[in-house]
Amino acid sequence: MTSLRINGKPVKAKPGITLLELAQKQGIEIPTLCHHPALTPKGSCRLCLVEDETTGELFTSCNTYVTGGMSILTDSQRVKQARKEILELIFAQHPVDCTVCDSANYCKLRRYAADAGVQGNELPGRGEFLPVFDNNPLIHRDYSKCIGCGICVRACREIQGAGAVEFKGSGWSYRPTSSFNKTMDGSSCELCGLCVSLCPVGALIEKPPLHRGVEDKRVRTVCPYCGCGCNLELRIAGGKVIGVRADIPGSWNGPSLCAKGRYGLFFVNHPDRLTQPLRREGEDLTEISWEEAIKEIAGKIKEIIKESGPSAVGILASAKTTNEENYLIQKFARAAIGTNNVDHCARLCHSPTVAGLAGAFGSAAMTNSIGDIEEAEVILVTGSNTTVNHPVIAQAIKRAVLHRGARLLIIDPRELPLSRYATIHLKPRPGTDVAWLNSMAQTIVEESLHNKKFIQERTEGFESLVETLKKYPPEKTEKITGIPAEQLRQVARAYAQARRASIFYAMGITQHIRGTDNVRAIANLAMLCGHLGKPGTGINPLRGQNNVQGACDMGALPDFLPGYQRVDSKEAREKFRAVWGREVPSEPGLTVGEMMEATLEGKLRALLVFGENPMVTDAESSLVEDALKQLDLLVVQDIFPTETSAFAHYVLPGASFAEKEGTFTSTERRVQKLNKALEPPGTARTDGETIALLSAEMGYHIQHQPAEVMKEIATLVSTYGGIDYRRLDKGGIQWPCANPQHPGTPILHVESFPRGKGLFQPVDYQPPVESPDHKYPLILSTGRILYQYHSRTMSKRSPIDRMEPQGFLEINPTDAEKMGIRDGDAVKVSSRRGKIVSRARVSASAPAGVVFMSFHFADEAVNRLTSSARDPLAKIPEFKVSAVRVEKI
Amino acid sequence: MGEERTRYKLVLGYGTCGIAAGANAVKTALEEAVEKGSYDVDLDIAGCMGYCFKEPIIEVTDRERDYSVVYGDLDAKKVLQVLEEHILNGRVIEEWVVRKSDDPSFGEGDFLANQHRIVLRNCGRINPESIDEYIAVGGYQAARKALTQMTSEEVIDEVSKSGLRGRGGAGFPTGTKWGFARKARGEEKYLVCNADEGDPGAFMDRSVLEGDPHSVIEGMIIAGYAIGAKQGYIYCRAEYPLALKRLEIAIDHLHQRGYLGKGIFGTDWDFDIKIKKGAGAFVCGEETALMASIEGRRGMPNPRPPFPANEGLWRKPTNINNVETLAAVPWIISHGGDKYAELGTEKSKGTKVFCLAGKVRRSGLAEVPMGYTLRQVIFDVGGGVREGKEFKAVQMGGPSGGCLPAELLDTPVDYEAITATGAIMGSGGMIVADSSTCMVDLARYFLSFTQEESCGKCVPCRIGTKRMLEILTRICEGKGVPEDMEKLQTLAADIKAASLCALGGTAPNPVLTTLKYFRNEYEDHILRHKCTAGVCPALITLFINEETCTGCGACLKVCPTGAISGEKKEPHKIDPELCIRCKLCLSRCPTESIWAE
Repeated sequence: MTSLRINGKPVKAKPGITLLELAQKQGIEIPTLCHHPALTPKGSCRLCLVEDETTGELFTSCNTYVTGGMSILTDSQRVKQARKEILELIFAQHPVDCTVCDSANYCKLRRYAADAGVQGNELPGRGEFLPVFDNNPLIHRDYSKCIGCGICVRACREIQGAGAVEFKGSGWSYRPTSSFNKTMDGSSCELCGLCVSLCPVGALIEKPPLHRGVEDKRVRTVCPYCGCGCNLELRIAGGKVIGVRADIPGSWNGPSLCAKGRYGLFFVNHPDRLTQPLRREGEDLTEISWEEAIKEIAGKIKEIIKESGPSAVGILASAKTTNEENYLIQKFARAAIGTNNVDHCARLCHSPTVAGLAGAFGSAAMTNSIGDIEEAEVILVTGSNTTVNHPVIAQAIKRAVLHRGARLLIIDPRELPLSRYATIHLKPRPGTDVAWLNSMAQTIVEESLHNKKFIQERTEGFESLVETLKKYPPEKTEKITGIPAEQLRQVARAYAQARRASIFYAMGITQHIRGTDNVRAIANLAMLCGHLGKPGTGINPLRGQNNVQGACDMGALPDFLPGYQRVDSKEAREKFRAVWGREVPSEPGLTVGEMMEATLEGKLRALLVFGENPMVTDAESSLVEDALKQLDLLVVQDIFPTETSAFAHYVLPGASFAEKEGTFTSTERRVQKLNKALEPPGTARTDGETIALLSAEMGYHIQHQPAEVMKEIATLVSTYGGIDYRRLDKGGIQWPCANPQHPGTPILHVESFPRGKGLFQPVDYQPPVESPDHKYPLILSTGRILYQYHSRTMSKRSPIDRMEPQGFLEINPTDAEKMGIRDGDAVKVSSRRGKIVSRARVSASAPAGVVFMSFHFADEAVNRLTSSARDPLAKIPEFKVSAVRVEKI
Repeated sequence: MGEERTRYKLVLGYGTCGIAAGANAVKTALEEAVEKGSYDVDLDIAGCMGYCFKEPIIEVTDRERDYSVVYGDLDAKKVLQVLEEHILNGRVIEEWVVRKSDDPSFGEGDFLANQHRIVLRNCGRINPESIDEYIAVGGYQAARKALTQMTSEEVIDEVSKSGLRGRGGAGFPTGTKWGFARKARGEEKYLVCNADEGDPGAFMDRSVLEGDPHSVIEGMIIAGYAIGAKQGYIYCRAEYPLALKRLEIAIDHLHQRGYLGKGIFGTDWDFDIKIKKGAGAFVCGEETALMASIEGRRGMPNPRPPFPANEGLWRKPTNINNVETLAAVPWIISHGGDKYAELGTEKSKGTKVFCLAGKVRRSGLAEVPMGYTLRQVIFDVGGGVREGKEFKAVQMGGPSGGCLPAELLDTPVDYEAITATGAIMGSGGMIVADSSTCMVDLARYFLSFTQEESCGKCVPCRIGTKRMLEILTRICEGKGVPEDMEKLQTLAADIKAASLCALGGTAPNPVLTTLKYFRNEYEDHILRHKCTAGVCPALITLFINEETCTGCGACLKVCPTGAISGEKKEPHKIDPELCIRCKLCLSRCPTESIWAE
């Protein structure tokens, strides 16, 4: 600690902090326009000047570090005068149009000017009016108002790692701009909106500006899109969401959000919201009361159970709804109905991770935290278009590369936005992952780069792995994968020799008929190098939905009770029986796909769907459609009408994330609390309330108060043992958290694995179910795009929809040329299972022989093409490989 | 060069100044003539000798008589005459002679005679593209001595003893700076040569790089050894193509000789140099901006600390020296620090190169010991004001410097003494102004330069200079108001106090010094609507003296607005309503009958 004086008062400070930080700690406000705590201080606005009492010198406090013996005045006459003059100077380049400026009361410049009594007309001369950039649907740029603070430039480079904005010009014409002073489209902008949110004036403004005044309140909550789990505040005015804001002190994501988080939450206010229960009457759905709806639904369920037994009823829980509600849904299924037929969309994303990693380690989740990504020396990304699907995690990866010198290795068939950050990007043929993963491992063993100590102490089954690997010399797999052997060796060496290396993967690994094997091969690779249990070192399956981790944790799975306790375990069933007071069925239930098949076979007669849209998102939609039509009872609770609810007998209006309390568990196992910001529209109810009503009607009382439900969870699920709402109000907790004193676990498997020793599970390569042939010569891969989400129920009802309102087929120029297809041409895409029409986007992002489509768009439903062939263990369909034909129409 | 020595050696001044004045044509003519004819000569080139005002020049050395003559103002025709008369007939063409080696009083001989050349010791004397010629004048002996006979500390001591201070302008003691970098912790260190000469009116760094690149590189080898840096960078602006070319040639030669790279001079010391071309931003001469630019970022200054000596290029300890500083180092090591310290004043030792420009008669390079007075530099070396006009002011130190009046001509050139006047030593540009220079306009010019070149980062510099410039422009346009002078003073004080780097911190200097020493001119402009120097178009009227006008019609022909009328052989007249004060007529009048008021 060093001693210094501020405004005559002696203070002690930690060396290494700036005078500005010290002053803020002391409760002294120093105005600044160019400073943000998450950015490198630049000292460019000069407003934070302070005076050295001894020398009379003025210097900026934001980038001057405390030194012992300093004597600083923050508020002297000289300082005040200098600040006033600087404000006058700024206004000599800034239009005084505050009355019509959308920055309104959020403008820091206006506030400081008001404080200092600066009117803005003290100096002669004005800034010039520059052309505004108004063509982006979400961001309005008017650099006439820019004060050159450089926050946008620094934020884009230092936090977002995109570098889409830089300064141009010198002197008077110094302004930030996008590449070549053009529009943001086509630049490296990822539309995260960070620059807009941090702009201290009105130069960057969100579009459309929904509200000019100050909001009525801000409510802290968690983003409902992907698994990153970004903390944000909803700005509420007049009972509506008027904007969002990140930058909550202490939140893990700091000021960062992505395009969806920033511009995709306005669906809450959308007039399409369901507000009243609906009942099918012929072709039409007509409004009924909740009492009628609950009574009729419960009655029909009871009838079906009576006729066909409880296994004729299935429930789809949701990775979008809260932990508490997922818990209630599975409890309702098991205790009130008496079936294990409960599943949700994790089946379609990370079920192989659950199967593969549980086999290797005994638990299946991201081993590390987002916060330690930047600690890695080597980052291997495979099967993950991270920038699009987990934008805020991609940020950290980019930062690791840009600012920490990490090497990024990408193995993925498609050219990705992350590719430009990569040291090397290898492009295997789709569906050949086991081959190259084994070859990497083989290289490591062959060159003796494996971690013998780790293998010896913490694993078993190494010998059998070595045997299997012998069949996979890189030269041999080159023929399968198309990856040059020497390049694969380089990647293997880089990964093995790093002190800290982590693997990130997502759907590109799991959505295969051999998805579980892919995951096992990844686990083998990491254990081989001992790359587990340290910061920046681990295996990170990136979970796709905001609460897919939680929905799995809560046992919304046909074979697991909450906390991954097996339904076929008597002990586990007994534990739950004791709390629930009802027997838990011992037979594992049906998975999502199996429920559809069972329906077609007449075994399943009733399906309750909470917040899912299988009509769009499940493989082989024609089967799904047939099944849904055949059901005797289809109940859908959702916030909007969906393609699935179009077949429902009853549609119930749900409450959105903004209208309820509860918790989500993010991809990094962080349990975070949602807070209620608004009342649900009309008579809409939370999923928990609906379950409680139905259950009560069926004679089984369920407590649905979220805080109480969490207490019950904590007693039954050891990893959630220490989670309670009072703790969560202070910030999220990463499970395992065994008791109220436990701080949570940022890194898994530090000393041992849940199953004791890590198990090597040797796997052999098997080709995908479909290979291209002369009739269907291309491989279709499916995935997400940045600006839409899943079946678009939310994203299409938010401003972000304008960025990409239509689907497309991404096709390599070579393939396009062969078929005479030009960019923008309408094309027919057909597979053995169906055909759809889309628009071609000719782009080298797709490798030759592979086409890519997103699955968001119901009007070009790509899942009419995909196959329902499934991984034998995890039951995930092979979304990533279907043979298709593309024709120009 | 042939085996047998010819009698005459012809050395053509082939720096940028020479080439700009037509040295290429002279070179071609000379080469063709020598190729065809049988002259007892060999040809060579050299960088700028300093006689920029007489370019193109050629030095003819008579090896038999150990005597040389410099011819100036040559062209392709004249040079052939020199071959005929001087080489064949042995007759010196006296009227073109600039300097005779045996008679310093002849012609412009005193220009060199009044100088003391250390940094410029080889400029104009050797072929800068030949490492052999540099070695022949003792080159690389200092580096060899430092690396083989001295410890790093001894090298630093020697430089400290010399009293050498940074010639880039700030005047920080070089030995001390090296000491910081030496002591800084870190395996990797960098040495940077700042060759981003950006001041209008300064060209000494360019001349040294073009005329004697090896002396700079040798200085870098010594400095690298002293501080422990194995990698050097030369940050040179791309607008200096000839300097860059000659540096590249020199570095190539050095690699071939093993003087750069691994284990140089047979020692176990490694040192190499990379060239980084700057894009010509003035602010990149500021060391933190310069480093940002080398790293590939936009060149913008950053606060110090951390000082480069501790955290510089790529966050490693870095030492940055200017070209002129480094070029003096080999001399200091060869001759000893004490020898260097014999020259100069108490606190400013050695010599300083000045660039004489503007209305001075002999524009060019002048290297004099510190302590010489401005008068000595401008009059004894520079030959006073052109066309015998009256000296009015000298702008010292470029756009960051100040304008000094005749009363201060006896100020010695010494860091502290110059600073005391309100100007700065800076890089050593001296722009001389005479009675035809308007001081308000001069201040406006310099401010327009700094405004344009401000990186834009800091509010006071970016916006403040613009507002000052607007006020100055207004004054020059005759729209000034009395409060403007006070407003300028306040703005200047704000900018100086609140700017981060030296660019902003010194940008108001030309305005402040002209306000201080030439306040009357501001008052003339504002109160009397007059520009006494006859420069500011809005404030002047052009007249034709009817008594001396011969009615030749030259003015009438060039007038773009038809403002001049008159019969042939009769005195002409200017219609002030139509006249746009372009002064074309004034420049064409053979009898100097037109004046501005």
